[in-house]
Amino acid sequence: MGMIERIEEISESAQEAVASADDLSSLEAVRVQFLGRKAELTGILRGIAELEADQRGKVGGLANEVRQQTEELISSRSAELEAAELELSLVADSIDVTLPGSPAAPVGHLHPVTRTRRMIEDVMVGLGYRVVEGPEVELDYYNFTALNHPPDHPARMLQDTFYIEPSPATTGGDRGPRDVLLRTHTSPMQVRAMEASPPPLFIIVPGKTYRRDSDATHSPMFHQVEGLAVGEGVTLADLKGTLLAMLREIFGPDREIRMRPHFFPFTEPSVEFDVSCFRCGGSGSLDGGDRCGLCKAIGWIELGGAGMVDPNVFSFVSDAGYDPDLVSGFAFGFGIERIAMLRHGIGDLRLMFDNDLRMLEQFS
Amino acid sequence: MKVPWSWLSEYCDTGLEPADLAERMAMTGTEVERVVEAGIADAGPFVVGRVVSVEPHPNADRLRVCQVDDGTGTRTIVCGAPNVDAGQAVIVALPGAIMPGGMEIGETELRGVLSSGMICGPDEIGVGERTEGILVLDGDPTPGTPASEVVPIEEVVLELEVTPNRTDCFGIYGVAREAHAITGASLAGEPWSDWDPGTDDECSDVVSVSVEDPADCLRFTARVFTGVQIGDSPAWLQARLIASGQRPINNVVDITNYVMLLTGQPLHAFDLDLVPGGELVVRRSRPGEGMTTLDGIERDLPEGTVLVCDGNGPAAIAGIMGGSVSEVGSTTGSVLLEVATWDGPGILRTSRELGLRSEASSRFEKQLHPALCDRAQAVAARLMVEVCGATEVPGMVDVFEHRDPERTLELRSGSVERVLGMDVPVEEQLEALDRLGFSPRPSPDGIEVTVPPDRHFDVTREIDLVEEVARISDLDTNLPATLPSGEGHTGGLSREQQAQRRTEDAMRESGFDEVVGWSFTSPDRIGALRLGESDQRSHATAISNPLSEEQSVMRTTVLISLLEIASRNLARGIGSVRIFESGRVYLPGGRTGEGLLGGAFPGGDPAPLYEPQVLGALATGEFRPGTWASPSIEAGFFPMKGVLEHLAGDLGLSVDVIPGAEPFLHPGRSGQVTVEGTGIGWIGEIHPLVARAFEVPSAVAFEIRLADLASASSVGDEVFREIPAHPAVERDIAILMPEEVAVSAVASAIGEAGGDLLEDVALFDVYAGEELPDGRRSLAFRLRFRAVDRTLAEEDVKPAWDAIVASIGSLKGELRG
Ligand SMILES: [Zn+2]
Repeated sequence: MGMIERIEEISESAQEAVASADDLSSLEAVRVQFLGRKAELTGILRGIAELEADQRGKVGGLANEVRQQTEELISSRSAELEAAELELSLVADSIDVTLPGSPAAPVGHLHPVTRTRRMIEDVMVGLGYRVVEGPEVELDYYNFTALNHPPDHPARMLQDTFYIEPSPATTGGDRGPRDVLLRTHTSPMQVRAMEASPPPLFIIVPGKTYRRDSDATHSPMFHQVEGLAVGEGVTLADLKGTLLAMLREIFGPDREIRMRPHFFPFTEPSVEFDVSCFRCGGSGSLDGGDRCGLCKAIGWIELGGAGMVDPNVFSFVSDAGYDPDLVSGFAFGFGIERIAMLRHGIGDLRLMFDNDLRMLEQFS
Repeated sequence: MKVPWSWLSEYCDTGLEPADLAERMAMTGTEVERVVEAGIADAGPFVVGRVVSVEPHPNADRLRVCQVDDGTGTRTIVCGAPNVDAGQAVIVALPGAIMPGGMEIGETELRGVLSSGMICGPDEIGVGERTEGILVLDGDPTPGTPASEVVPIEEVVLELEVTPNRTDCFGIYGVAREAHAITGASLAGEPWSDWDPGTDDECSDVVSVSVEDPADCLRFTARVFTGVQIGDSPAWLQARLIASGQRPINNVVDITNYVMLLTGQPLHAFDLDLVPGGELVVRRSRPGEGMTTLDGIERDLPEGTVLVCDGNGPAAIAGIMGGSVSEVGSTTGSVLLEVATWDGPGILRTSRELGLRSEASSRFEKQLHPALCDRAQAVAARLMVEVCGATEVPGMVDVFEHRDPERTLELRSGSVERVLGMDVPVEEQLEALDRLGFSPRPSPDGIEVTVPPDRHFDVTREIDLVEEVARISDLDTNLPATLPSGEGHTGGLSREQQAQRRTEDAMRESGFDEVVGWSFTSPDRIGALRLGESDQRSHATAISNPLSEEQSVMRTTVLISLLEIASRNLARGIGSVRIFESGRVYLPGGRTGEGLLGGAFPGGDPAPLYEPQVLGALATGEFRPGTWASPSIEAGFFPMKGVLEHLAGDLGLSVDVIPGAEPFLHPGRSGQVTVEGTGIGWIGEIHPLVARAFEVPSAVAFEIRLADLASASSVGDEVFREIPAHPAVERDIAILMPEEVAVSAVASAIGEAGGDLLEDVALFDVYAGEELPDGRRSLAFRLRFRAVDRTLAEEDVKPAWDAIVASIGSLKGELRG
């Protein structure tokens, strides 16, 4: 057998030995056997100089190649075995991952009214509105008189009002009754905001409002959002587009809006607005053919009131630069609880202010 | 407003199903609350019958056996009515008929006689009041005629929610005009047209009226009818009243109600013989006056109530309710019919003062137009003659001083498009206004209209005409959806609004649930806080008409809400409560803080009260639940202070708590919260007496004013500082200190003594044990020294260290070990 064949034999058996080494110490033995000082291949390489000249290059080349190959095989096998051994020791070191985290970090929750309010604020901020707030204990002037509800006007009867006992802080003069009251809507801020800033004005006003009424659908305290947009050439069509954009953000991109003419003293024309039902898609019936309970099979859900700002309202803020011949505007208002109840399937308004933690903790 | 479908259709037959018209009305400004079926649901098995013979029942004294011709043959019906007689035309319910109560008529054996059907009484088919007898039809209707052709037994009623501006729709004819306007179906002529009270004024010979103040009574008309035969109204009239929600009384009273329902103008009938001398005076009530109203109630009249008086005193509360003194009854022979126009706000005020609202006052309070008086008198006169066999006394007493001219308005071309953002062709505008009764005609600038009297107070400006056109122009379909163009759209949350959200989020992240408490509370709750008289929070603003004592004053601290909510949850078996509220408190006015959060709201007049936004939090029970690896942490002062520190840290601030007492807190475990030296609120354990009053075992809480926190916040304005290039030197120092020296005082003394090199002072241990001298505790701080320009050596730190040791000595402390 020639030298070349022998080297090839060594190579083969080295490959087999490396592959069959199943731990790091047997691999080390393989390394010593094939690459150690006393190894046959080492001996061959050491004896290259003694070979015939024409054999030297061939044998030396092959022997070096096999040596290098074997070193690589051993090193990669070594990495494999090391990884496997680490894995084994890690497995031996395992914990019960199903135990709860510690220390416990309790999760808090925002009230559904706050979450809904923020969502509406964010949508309207995106449409270019600023958020302002006003007093909840308000002057009659802002709640009624300047919103085109003259004293003794029947429209005042539409809203059952809480009055505050006479207080020395009351102002008024020739600005209507001097009464102080709990605002019955967020609309007084329309007038306050216009007094404070000339047009154009794009604001929303979230906040608490109060009416003297208490049952499953009426709470003496509730929350509204008011919107007011005043500028040159603002139209009822702009109101429709704005409400539609807002409602689609809140209730989904497929929603439609419906505006029904109505009456409010401080808007003209006035409308009530509905959104197409997001449960039945406006058809009034569910997939299985059942009647949709959310919209009571009407396909529309009533949300709020709106309209074009009545020129009489502008006349109360004409000093601030609101001239009905130059600017026009729209206003809208709706209840925050109603949106929250619709979105989350809360049936009873009274739950909103009961503050049972088992209810609140359902809303992250 | 209840609108019987048959009555409406008499003036405007739209050809629509009631539900479809309801939908159209809802889309044009008049909500239809309900469409209800009144009377018989299916009139098919109800027919006219002729009583052929009546014989006694063989086995029952009070029953009779009748043979009745129903048009197809003769059937036997057993009847208990005393008034049944041969020859009468009656309504027969054939077997299979379903009565309004749901009872089905069948063939039944009654005491041995088979009865096939039923002869109906007026109440049984909804066309009259309950009586002993059956309904006997007038005239000579053919047997077998469907009953619904003879009497209105089948009725659908629309219940309208009429907005207060639309006084015209408080009358059937006005609703018919509206139906005409929105559907285009033809409108019958006005039921009051072609009327003339007669020029020979005999009326003023028997009646005189004087009005003291025309501001109270814009118009007073009176007519007289003699030879009045009082009785029940005919079935058709009773049926309409019943369907409209009114109870038939007698023909004269029924006529006044019927005419009011038709025209929207209330009327009042006096028994003329009970009005001494036929003299009526309209005046305000005098102190101590009272009267008995038609409902039989004796009432004290508030001073200044407008009255219609006869020579003896009050005979009616103007526009609200008549008096029993001259009530029309069975003995009445002559009727004085009043149709007047009252001052609306005055009626509203009086009605509120009396707590008495009637069909009449609910119309008058919205201000009716004087021209409606003629309409009501016209329709009433015809009915008084037809129904009561009365004779009209020619002429009419008419006290009518100030006649407003007719209102004409201009609707300029372009105005509709400018307001709506949608073009409505001028021909359509003309048609809409015409149908609504505005008599429009083209003018050089657009359209000129005359406002009809029943819209006089509602439509006063061009914008009101725009609305009328818009209503009728199918807004829903035609109005485009656009967004406002032009300037002014720079939306965003203000800095303080962002700060508010951060504080709320910080609380949520700390494991607290947000609550929304009532803004109102009870004086008892305020009292339970042990606040001193000079404390503003003890002066809660009172509501003059609260729903209950529990909600009768405005809260002056959110602590009350938090304690109430905690108590309620604990009572429901929830063991641990961690809650916060971000809301307002309501304090006496005359001052505010900064910005919206501080109650400084925009507007010409300041807010009546001081309404700062505060953030309050309360915890009781477990603060951190225990786990398998760590014990639970109970709510206490320091965990709560940690939350406050986290919250402030979220706004780039640090808070300090300095000793300070609130009467509702544990005196030894509470303090004032300050930011940069300014007090912004309090923190502490709730005083046991307060906790007991709210039925909370023990709790820790804080409340801070957000305006102060938000204005101090550095968020967004942070300035970059170079990252240190040289390492720090750390030294621990353990000190034995008198207990009464506050840790904050020690830390700040160390900080001052340490000079520029001292970068940080951190407390890491507090220890008080028996082996320490009495009244002393051990404090351990980790001090970090660093120079910006070099690595510190031991000798660099020494002077600072010595100064620190000296400062500790000056606080009567000493180094340990
Ligand atoms: Zn639905």
